Amino acid sequence: MQLVLEKRAERSNMIALISPLIAIGMTLVTMSILFAILGKNPITALGVYFVDPLTDSYSLQEIAVKATPLVMIAIGLSFCYLANAWNIGAEGQFLIGAVAGSWLAVKTQGTDAGPWVLPAMLLLGAMGGALYALIPAICKVRFGASEILTSLMLVYVADLFLDYLVRGPWRDPKGFNFPTTAEFDPVATVPVLIEGGRLHLGGIIALVAVAAGAVLLGMTIKGFEIRVVGAAPRAARFGGFNSNQLILLTFAISGALAGMAGIIEVAGPVGHLQPGISPGYGFTAIIVAFLGRLNPVGILIAGLFLALTFIGGEQAQIAMKIPLDVTKVFQGILLFFVLACDSLILYRFKLIFASPKVSSGAH
Amino acid sequence: MLDSTPAALHTGAMPLLQTVGLTKRYGTFLANEAIDIDIWPQQIHALLGENGAGKSTLVKIIYGLIQPSEGEMRWQGEKMVLSGPSEARSRGIGMVFQHFSLFDNLTVAENVALGLDGKESFKDMSARLEEVSRVYGLPLDPRREVWQLSVGERQRIEIVRALMQNPKFLILDEPTAVLTPQEADQLFTVLDRLKAEGRAILYISHKLEEVKRLCDTATILRGGKKISTCNPKAETAASLARMMVGGEIRQVKAAANRQTTVPRLVVNDLSLAPDDPHGVRLQHISFELKGGEILGIAGVAGNGQDELFAALSGERLAQDPGTIVIDGQAAGHLSITQRRKLGAAFVPEERLGHGTAPRMRLSENALLTGHAASGMVRRGFINTAATLKTVDRTTETFDVRKAKRDPEAASLSGGNLQKFIVGREILRNPAVLVVSQPTWGVDAGAAAVIRQALLDLAASGAAVLVTSQDLDELAEITDRIAVMFHGHLSEPMATSEASREKLGLLMGGSTLEQKEAAHAVGA
Repeated sequence: MQLVLEKRAERSNMIALISPLIAIGMTLVTMSILFAILGKNPITALGVYFVDPLTDSYSLQEIAVKATPLVMIAIGLSFCYLANAWNIGAEGQFLIGAVAGSWLAVKTQGTDAGPWVLPAMLLLGAMGGALYALIPAICKVRFGASEILTSLMLVYVADLFLDYLVRGPWRDPKGFNFPTTAEFDPVATVPVLIEGGRLHLGGIIALVAVAAGAVLLGMTIKGFEIRVVGAAPRAARFGGFNSNQLILLTFAISGALAGMAGIIEVAGPVGHLQPGISPGYGFTAIIVAFLGRLNPVGILIAGLFLALTFIGGEQAQIAMKIPLDVTKVFQGILLFFVLACDSLILYRFKLIFASPKVSSGAH
Repeated sequence: MLDSTPAALHTGAMPLLQTVGLTKRYGTFLANEAIDIDIWPQQIHALLGENGAGKSTLVKIIYGLIQPSEGEMRWQGEKMVLSGPSEARSRGIGMVFQHFSLFDNLTVAENVALGLDGKESFKDMSARLEEVSRVYGLPLDPRREVWQLSVGERQRIEIVRALMQNPKFLILDEPTAVLTPQEADQLFTVLDRLKAEGRAILYISHKLEEVKRLCDTATILRGGKKISTCNPKAETAASLARMMVGGEIRQVKAAANRQTTVPRLVVNDLSLAPDDPHGVRLQHISFELKGGEILGIAGVAGNGQDELFAALSGERLAQDPGTIVIDGQAAGHLSITQRRKLGAAFVPEERLGHGTAPRMRLSENALLTGHAASGMVRRGFINTAATLKTVDRTTETFDVRKAKRDPEAASLSGGNLQKFIVGREILRNPAVLVVSQPTWGVDAGAAAVIRQALLDLAASGAAVLVTSQDLDELAEITDRIAVMFHGHLSEPMATSEASREKLGLLMGGSTLEQKEAAHAVGA
């Protein structure tokens, strides 16, 4: 008896829908084992992680707040990944976007600048992220440098650059030497949607990004070009689509969305520029993009789910003394299973009984 | 003629290899169904069938690459279960594949050494290689690197590699598909000699004249089943074809009064360096193709046909705009999309991955080449109804068989996908159609539909350029033929004057003047 993977004639749409769910199920089983090894009751731990945050309004808003950057970044990344361009540096583009937008907030601090400041900051954030993303893209197109390495390395450059700014030129003089800018003025702050709540305008912007992404990918010729260039590069060239141009385009879109997410985070929930504004949103968004099957609506759902793990992780740390790093373990295991389950879309498992002996030389 | 191989032909007392009720099942699909074949020593046994008839599956089982689901093989009368190709080789079964497995950057001797299981030293092996190639008249220089060799020479490496194991039974998969007629004749001499030495040969082909001339026995497969074993010399090509196809093949007909009009595709002194270090440099290619005319380009694969296609389509741009003129417009500098807008259409050789995106639906693949000029895109938005309409029209006009209205390209059979690709371009009423290997790996029914469509397109006034390695196909549909060799294109000649001998010489690199000069010296 042997278990073989058999190629399907056509991709299975049913499996394409349920494969993320299978992956989540397998992750939960693995996590339960991990909790048991840590000496915690798995049922209680999973309850604290995934059920408790859904029971009060504060946590629900907090999930939406955390999901906002994840969804925005993942939408952009999905364009890159569909086009076979591997942008791993969204974290860096997020930070540079935050820096670029904060520049205006710092410059206009204490002046009587009008309500144009926030829109201009969002624009600057998007531009900063896009330009930063274009560095690895241009290196790839021009010199053939691996965009995976260059985009990843630029994350650390961005991180240190931000660090330098808030410790040096942009440090709040009245900040007791903490590495942070002063609190942004109200005109440079993203407004909350409900008085006294946490939910802010960024949530709406993320939803707009989802809708725009769905339209671009599904209904326009540009979206089609992006999908063909990734799925069949030679056919794309035969179709007259310029793959270099598409690499630049998808990196720019992805950087712009990450950059805008960065400035929204700084001008919204955080309120000032400081190190550690991101708990790894740019990396977690990679998981969100794949868990959402590189589909905008899927990404929205996946983003909310991953945000839940952040909130649940914090609560589990407080309530059960489970280390916060377990959340990262969880996210890693999830990505592993998501990618593994993807093979079921093109292949199916098959048990073969009583087949003759097969040697390894048979290939 | 069923199973009537005269016993007198069998010099051995028993068959060398017998397959008994050999069946291979993939899911519910039967690739081979209860196949009985007897292979006798000192015989060349043809295995005939269309693509998908089950020839490859059968041969892979015999060579130990895959295991049968049912049935057994007997080797010299005894039951044989092969664990893999190395066991097949150690028993004396050799195989020459249609697609060579050679490393371009290694020398001939290194490639041969990699394929041998033995433990002899590299020096001894090289000496034996030279010996074998000399004895069988398959000249090879062991020290040359493979990328410098012609396709025919590469095939020689594969044959010599198989012969160095001194096989009792040699399997050849479509060996003449890549050879010039003269090279094929040389191969036949070698095969006759192997036969005289008492070896058995299984010869896979779909070229019927060749089989009639060379083979002692023929087994015909269709739809995974054995249709018949017969003596091909006692059959006609037509009767063999009927058994292969299971019915009459539609004859293609050219319109009697086809008029040629103005030049629609002109190539002026086109030279282009390859973008790949092992590619072919196009050198001073010139020709003129009129509306209503079909020009064929013959030649052994790898002589610049792919590079010419890329230059004509605009996948690679020429330096000088004037080198390619489409309908009177200089187009050498234009992209493939702009050339399509001028009325050109292209069908590449590779169906999956070049002509179509395999995992995308047919409607999306219609958009792939139709987006430039057929109302499928409005202000950047895709008109899905228009793309589906193209799929439906192609399906109807060219009889594309598929499981549902808009399946993925990869789920179609080769013939049906090719009909879709050719149909997709023809329905745009192109002024110029450049098509590469239009019926490669396509069943006879679909091939007839496609050839007829090309003839009809030319009759409607378009200029058609067909690159093919199948000389019979070119003879059937073209008006003129030119030959490509090492990046040069010969002067086109009328198809009626292009004998196989002439074409073969040009495909092998000699010019006709040289040949005449040789005759003169000989006389």
